[in-house]
Amino acid sequence: MANRGFDTAKLPGFTPTAIFVFVALYLPIFMLVFYSFNAGKAVGIWEGFSLQWYGKAWANDHVKDATLRSIVIASVAAVVSTIVATMAALGTTRRKEFKGQTFIYMMINQPLMVPEIVTAVALLIFFAWIKVATGYQGLGYLIVAHSAFCIPFAYLPIRARLEGMDLTLETAATDLYGSPWQVFRYLTFPLLLPGIIAGMMLAFVTSLDDVVITLFVKSAGQDTLPTYMLGQIRRSISTEIYAISTVLLGLTVALLTAFFLLTRKKE
Amino acid sequence: MSQAIAVEARNAVKAFGQGDAVVRALDDVSVEIRQGEFFTLLGPSGCGKTTLLRLIAGFEMPTSGTILLEGADITYLPPNKRPVNTVFQSYALFPHLTVAENVGFGLQMQGRPQAEVKETAARMLALVKLEQMANRKTSQLSGGQQQRVALARALAPKPKVLLLDEPLSALDLKLRKEMQIELKRLQTETGITFIFVTHDQEEALTMSDRIGVMSAGKLQQVGPPKDIYTRPVNRFVASFIGDTNFLQATVEADGLRLSSGELIEAPAGLAQGRKVTAIVRPEQVRLVNSAELGAVTATVQNMVYFGTDTHCYMTLADGTEVMARLQTTATGDADLTQGQNVALRFAPGSVQVLED
Repeated sequence: MANRGFDTAKLPGFTPTAIFVFVALYLPIFMLVFYSFNAGKAVGIWEGFSLQWYGKAWANDHVKDATLRSIVIASVAAVVSTIVATMAALGTTRRKEFKGQTFIYMMINQPLMVPEIVTAVALLIFFAWIKVATGYQGLGYLIVAHSAFCIPFAYLPIRARLEGMDLTLETAATDLYGSPWQVFRYLTFPLLLPGIIAGMMLAFVTSLDDVVITLFVKSAGQDTLPTYMLGQIRRSISTEIYAISTVLLGLTVALLTAFFLLTRKKE
Repeated sequence: MSQAIAVEARNAVKAFGQGDAVVRALDDVSVEIRQGEFFTLLGPSGCGKTTLLRLIAGFEMPTSGTILLEGADITYLPPNKRPVNTVFQSYALFPHLTVAENVGFGLQMQGRPQAEVKETAARMLALVKLEQMANRKTSQLSGGQQQRVALARALAPKPKVLLLDEPLSALDLKLRKEMQIELKRLQTETGITFIFVTHDQEEALTMSDRIGVMSAGKLQQVGPPKDIYTRPVNRFVASFIGDTNFLQATVEADGLRLSSGELIEAPAGLAQGRKVTAIVRPEQVRLVNSAELGAVTATVQNMVYFGTDTHCYMTLADGTEVMARLQTTATGDADLTQGQNVALRFAPGSVQVLED
């Protein structure tokens, strides 16, 4: 960088601010991870290294139950929202600009903008009405709700990938006798695949992590991992929760790293 | 066979936009392109040449008019059902496929057997001298090599017509010259009709059997390169291709009376008394002894040395500007200086009269 001109890093207070922000962001997480390996029970008193809380969490049937439910919901929601998001992304980029395009983008990304609590209340009322009408009490409500709010998270990376893809490629494939389906199957889909996988992972992580909508929509006995943890922590702070959080953190970091590797530009 | 028509456009019109903002990219264009011909659409950007190409490829539908391929109406046939392939300006190679897979793509889409796809791809790569690159990714190739892959890919399904949309514009000068020769060789070897779009007049003149000069959505003139250069029909063609001197004149019984007063030799068959625009190419302007009959007097304004020749800018008695391209001789030219008076002559038969 040249020495002249404006340089943000040279503003007074830049370095202390940066340090403060990073400490505020990462110190609590570091503490959580650190004390999840504590042999003792009390926070702030280190009594030696131990994996006992991981063992206890693993042996806890409630945890197992909630984890399994979370994974089922997140998997189905990720697949459903990715399919919908792929179609939406194709529909909004593989054509000439049209009137109301911005409006459509906003509609698709609505869950990012509407306060989650509003969506949660709305879903609660809507599903209560269906529950009365049909008598169905199953996991379907959570799956539908999660699929819906995961769509924009899957949509954004897929659309970004499509926008970076030259339309001439599809024109060329059509020119070389590809039917619309063949062009999608042999050209668009393989080129889009990294975006689709990235979108699916982002949707999976978003669903896995959700509390607000899940709390409002779930029926009794349908705790997911985050809502179970919330319930536990309200009663007493259990070091078991630290262990579960650390595992969740590890999983999320792994998925987001994969997401980053998939979406970064080659070269 | 060579005189049969490969592609024909009949009264093709393509309008973009609506209401007052309508732009006619193609304005009533009719042209016949012969089988086995190297046909070039030449014109400045925005003249409609690429639009015409896209109509033939099927990427666009005309607003009105008809496109015929070997006599059959293909105006509304989708591009994947036309036996016509395109070489794109950006090459549009498929980044996830190898060079050989790119070349075989068309045949694969047509559902040909794997063995045939592979065999044809290999043969096509040999034709463009890229056998060694078959298993590379396209991103590992140089610009010139990518160009050859794009050509091989478009030729592999044996199209009836190959469309080339300014394929050489991204290459540097040396590579462009090589590819010009290469393209001409491929066209001769395969016998396929080539329709080549360019804004480069030199490319058009050196490669084509016939050229169609376009401007403002209209076809201005169609003919062999020599005709286009020596007998342009209007001011646009005359000025777009090569350098030209424009002279205002009146037709008289024994020649053309220039606006500067001198009488020069006229092409036959012009109505007397008509006011015309005559043109003469700079290389047909000779410096002569002023005593010579029919010589035109001029004043030297500027000399620009180009190596093989020198451009001499002059004005006639009435201020009309004339440029002469004087070939450099072994002994060097007699030094002309600014303000010097000279006498000119136009080579016999070199003066043309524009039709409009």
